[in-house]
Amino acid sequence: MATADSIAATMQSPDTQDEAICVTDLHKSFGALEVLKGLSLTAHKGDVVAIIGGSGSGKSTFLRCINFLETPTSGQIVVSGEEIQMRPDGSPANRRQIERVRTRLGMVFQAFNLWTHRTLLENVIEVPVYVLKVPRAEAIENAKVLLDRVGLGEKADTFPAFLSGGQQQRAAIARALAVDPSVMLFDEPTSALDPELVGEVLNVIRDLAAEGRTMLLVTHEMKFAREVATHVVYLFEGRIEEQGPPAELFGNPKSARLKQFLKTVG
Amino acid sequence: MDLILETLGLAKSAELLSLSPPGWGSNLLRGLANSLQIAFGAFGFGLVIGLFGAYGKLYGGVVMRDLLAIYTTVIRAVPELVLILILYYVGTDLINQASQAMGYGRVEISGVVAGIWVLGIVQGAYSTEVLRGAIQAVPPGQIEAARAFGMPPLMLMRRVTIPAMMSFATPGLANLWLIATKDTALLAIVGFSELTLETRQAAASTRAYFTFFLAAGALYLIVTLCSGAVFARIEKWARRGQRSLRSGER
Repeated sequence: MATADSIAATMQSPDTQDEAICVTDLHKSFGALEVLKGLSLTAHKGDVVAIIGGSGSGKSTFLRCINFLETPTSGQIVVSGEEIQMRPDGSPANRRQIERVRTRLGMVFQAFNLWTHRTLLENVIEVPVYVLKVPRAEAIENAKVLLDRVGLGEKADTFPAFLSGGQQQRAAIARALAVDPSVMLFDEPTSALDPELVGEVLNVIRDLAAEGRTMLLVTHEMKFAREVATHVVYLFEGRIEEQGPPAELFGNPKSARLKQFLKTVG
Repeated sequence: MDLILETLGLAKSAELLSLSPPGWGSNLLRGLANSLQIAFGAFGFGLVIGLFGAYGKLYGGVVMRDLLAIYTTVIRAVPELVLILILYYVGTDLINQASQAMGYGRVEISGVVAGIWVLGIVQGAYSTEVLRGAIQAVPPGQIEAARAFGMPPLMLMRRVTIPAMMSFATPGLANLWLIATKDTALLAIVGFSELTLETRQAAASTRAYFTFFLAAGALYLIVTLCSGAVFARIEKWARRGQRSLRSGER
């Protein structure tokens, strides 16, 4: 797969100041199974990188390695110019560093993962108040603005279990926004939703893209990826098979596997 | 009031149970206070052991897990009465030997402290399993979300894991508390004057066995009823944000 490496090389910008995330030669194995086989990817500020690929292509694992929810086997990860120190086995060497970096990466999960014993407002202020030590009043004010923004201002005092999946996912996006992240990581944010609820979540993400948020977005929504992404990466069996601007990647795919993939997902 | 008791033939019993001598009521209440003190201490001590035990079993190394498995297995395998005898005599023996080796004389060990330590170790084994199960029942995604937002481990335990597991742990812990209140009766065997021993003494001195043991039974029942009310409130709080199984309720 020489093409993947050469394309990745051409992606490297000389201007590293501008880099939000820079991943180099990332490997990840679960036991004997190698899921990521040397991925390199750079996202600049304001980029919306859509990561697509079939089931088992390693796209979610890749995203989860960036904030070390999965421990990479080897490789280098730089977030806003700060390289995450790794032990030889790939685990983070400095717990405080990885915790600090994680607060700058707002993650949105496929299964929402809101804290069910807290109301939406409590969910949104939790990390600002307890991790970032923002004064409570200020955090609440900010949280209300964010909940309003995702259309849940009325539901601030409701517990997550009483909301639809779409509402929960919008609240989860508000929670991620509350830390004012330098990069947002979306791990298949609409895959657990009923079809009629997908649109409301995509609208929120679309707004964020429009305001220039840097995002990494693992998704199965091809039309959406084509519309909002500034860069699309197609993963196949743990390698970057093809990447480029959405119009090119979707309009004129070069690799046979991507052509096949786009045909099957329609 | 006197008339009612007279007609019911309970005047004698009322006299025996009265709080001022020659009644034995105050002895019974003192015994109850001792029992509750020990039950409370043992339950709390057991919770602390249980929390460490549960985390050790879930996240500890091989040695830690093995040691904890031995602890929970042995404690839960041996009858509590036997454990109380072993732990009480071994414990006091060890303390005395240590104090003598250091040049002090024999120490008098407070019954309350000994009771809390003995029952606490028993409770700890059960708490370990209750809390381990509860922690495992917390959806992993909630813990993962906290990690993803940079929460340090202790804060994560305090802010996410413990509140989220409370709804799973409360019924089991309520059981443990009730068992603790009643296990205090076993301490009568080592001569600690809790409710049961006080009752036995009162009964033996007055030969009114039925009256006193019925009264003791009523006191234990009152404790249980009050505990039930408290735990119902705790459970309601712990289950906040969860849908009720009955439709239409929150």
